[in-house]
Amino acid sequence: MTVAVVRFGGSNCDRDAVRALEHLGIDAEIVWHRDGLTGDETGIVIPGGFSYGDYLRAGAMAARTPILDEVWAAAEAGTPVLGVCNGAQIGSEGGLTPGAFTTNESARFQCEPVHLRVENPDTPWTAAFEEGEIIEVPIAHGEGRFEITDDRLEELRTDDRVLFRYCDAEGDVTRAANPNGSKDNVAGVLGADDHVAVLMPHPERASLPDIGPTDGQGVLRAFE
Amino acid sequence: MTAYTATVTVRLKGGVLDPEAETTKQALERLGFELEDLRSADRFEVDLEADDAGAAEAQATEMADRLLANPTIHDYDVEVTEA
Repeated sequence: MTVAVVRFGGSNCDRDAVRALEHLGIDAEIVWHRDGLTGDETGIVIPGGFSYGDYLRAGAMAARTPILDEVWAAAEAGTPVLGVCNGAQIGSEGGLTPGAFTTNESARFQCEPVHLRVENPDTPWTAAFEEGEIIEVPIAHGEGRFEITDDRLEELRTDDRVLFRYCDAEGDVTRAANPNGSKDNVAGVLGADDHVAVLMPHPERASLPDIGPTDGQGVLRAFE
Repeated sequence: MTAYTATVTVRLKGGVLDPEAETTKQALERLGFELEDLRSADRFEVDLEADDAGAAEAQATEMADRLLANPTIHDYDVEVTEA
């Protein structure tokens, strides 16, 4: 029983995800997208990277590969699915989660640590945290600005589908603490079910004590 | 069947920030041009065979719906001409 980390051409956080999960004692292995899923995965990670060279839009091509149908089927059967960074773009392009991730307000690639405020602690991805807790996790993206219509954003808020919002070190959700211009500072959202989530920051890059902060572990513990 | 070219133009919806267009506008201004605003769009020219122009437009519209545009942030239009 293993967590599948789906590799596309251009994925580059796949090995990091496996290493972070294994550090937590969670079995994980890389699955080449054309090989497909077995159906008995205990979880699925769509990792970061630049699948298909970000052609057309980041995530657009990978979101229309056959394995995404299998990811959908697994998600509907209750398997936890996490999309990180390019995986988040793939998830939203594929309709697993609402909204879209598009060009940063700065029009630049940004690689930096950010603070996130835990908005909804009652999900597998945030169960390790308290509501309003502030965690530090890095971002590394050029197209991470969350866009969604005002009506849909209101629905997300009402239904408590926002997982994390960008904030400052004190936990204040401010425009200055918003690294990419995301609407309402949204950094991660849930899909239709609590066990499907995407986020632009990289929990797998904040999970190994030798490297630095380990706040990302709490997100990955959803696969335990 | 007739050969058509369907031109699909995909642009950001009004109100959606376009940082690349803003950067391009600033570069034009640095070159000394005066402009009020600038919008960018992607244009796809699809050569295809169809029974008539309406069928060609329907095919191109489905392409836009399913891949070329992202409905969350984009509007698009389709124009069909005989190739």
